[in-house]
Amino acid sequence: MTEQHQHVCGEDCSNCAAAGCNCVDCKCSVRIRDLGVKKKDGVILYDVNLNVRHGEIMALIGRNGAGKTTLLKALLGRIPYTGEIQFTSHKGERVEKPRIGYAPQNLVFDHSSPMSVGDLLCANLSPFPVWLGQRKKQRERAAAMLERAGARAELLDKKLGNLSGGELQRVLLAFALEPMPDLLLLDEPVSAVDRRGIEVFYELVCALRVRYHMPVILVSHDLTHVLKYATSAALLDRTILVSGEVSEVMASREVRETFGLPAPEERRD
Amino acid sequence: MEILYAVIDVLLPFEWTEFNFMKNAFIAVLLITPLFGLVGTMIVNNRMSFFSDALGHSALTGIAIGVLMGVDNYMLSMLGFALLFAVAISAVIGSGVSSTDTIIGVFSSTGLALGVVLLSASGGFAKYSGYLIGDILTVQPEEIALLAVLLLAVLLVWGLFFNRFLVASVNADLAASKNIREGAVQKVFVILVAVLVTVSIKWVGVLIINSLLVLPAASARNVARGMRSYHAWSVCISMFSGVTGLILSYYLGTAAGGTIVLVAAVIFAVTFLLGFLSGRRRAS
Repeated sequence: MTEQHQHVCGEDCSNCAAAGCNCVDCKCSVRIRDLGVKKKDGVILYDVNLNVRHGEIMALIGRNGAGKTTLLKALLGRIPYTGEIQFTSHKGERVEKPRIGYAPQNLVFDHSSPMSVGDLLCANLSPFPVWLGQRKKQRERAAAMLERAGARAELLDKKLGNLSGGELQRVLLAFALEPMPDLLLLDEPVSAVDRRGIEVFYELVCALRVRYHMPVILVSHDLTHVLKYATSAALLDRTILVSGEVSEVMASREVRETFGLPAPEERRD
Repeated sequence: MEILYAVIDVLLPFEWTEFNFMKNAFIAVLLITPLFGLVGTMIVNNRMSFFSDALGHSALTGIAIGVLMGVDNYMLSMLGFALLFAVAISAVIGSGVSSTDTIIGVFSSTGLALGVVLLSASGGFAKYSGYLIGDILTVQPEEIALLAVLLLAVLLVWGLFFNRFLVASVNADLAASKNIREGAVQKVFVILVAVLVTVSIKWVGVLIINSLLVLPAASARNVARGMRSYHAWSVCISMFSGVTGLILSYYLGTAAGGTIVLVAAVIFAVTFLLGFLSGRRRAS
């Protein structure tokens, strides 16, 4: 991968120190400025300001109904919002049509649909209509995508509706990573995945961070995971109450109050 | 056309192909059924079967508007009204006030009732009751050409947009992450269904059209494992029901549309059993 070395964030740069590659220079980031969302029943989000940089896993935490899903939908461009969301490429240029990788936690879809994993992945890879079949080249790429996301290539012929929770999570991750996104949006797997599965998921995300360096926003419901795996955190309750380095945020009064955690002194015993 | 007739005479030297109206009907079935098989896959996948049914019902109002305007060909007034109807349904659904099936039910019955009232006011409904069940045997050669064009157009749309239809049908958020706008994709699809329903309603009928759209795809879902086999099954089942139903209707002296639907329904029952049994085998 080093021969045509154009530095693109998201490329595998593990071997390119010798070629003079400097991944740290990558400027890709997401800046959210004064974002607000209003719906009929009132203000959902206001004055949201957030920066997520290259190689950062930002954990988005907050109580139920704090607006986490709304923020994700705004980032996806699914709902109207005020303010600005700026995507910057690795060269520091503004990206008008950002590519966003999104791996939702509870994907609502028709489980009886006769759609195989290969259909979904190949539909994303080329305009060649999958109802005419999956081309060999695309199938190979799709298999590689699955492996990159920690899933077995045999899943290609399995129906999407027949996957286990953990398998689906990985297939969605594989789907999200192609083409390499300017921002990766993740939902922590909770309901359908067992505890070990969650850890495997996080290890995978951390490995992706090391390897591909894109900014990651992770909606999380489990503070121990946030402490263990995220690099930064933001507490949302209709606006950002506190954000920054993960240990600082977790120790803040706002987080303790939101989640009813004991004060640091009491925790010591 | 003469060439096609000659081909049919050579390949299918049966009693039912002796008449030109049967030959026309046969060719029309060969064109309409793959159309319905193809488009049906996504109607079923998007859970839009009520929606296509409502579009069918709206055709009656479209005809009535055409009659009131004094035009001979109701195609344009039907198409215009069907599109208006589709836009109105989408807008009301989008408002999120009531549940989707309720809204579609309201529109569907209104479309039907308005059509009946307008047609009966302008000279008796009986004249137009043929539109309720349609008659494939009345299809004319120039109309067959229209069907051929429609089939090509749908194949083109299916070739160009299918992958986007598919991703959008899985989940709107997922589609948005790939810069696929679910709303826009939906509109293209709705227009396609409106055109298909409008063009073919004369031969298939308001009451039957939706069965032909939904049954083949629904049967195919029982046995398909992926998008390719889903489409292959759906088109094959649709064509098989069409041809078998047409021939049966000739010998039994029954209405072609209804007979075709019954054949498709039997196939659904068979595939349902097959799917059920193989599902149980996999589970055990």
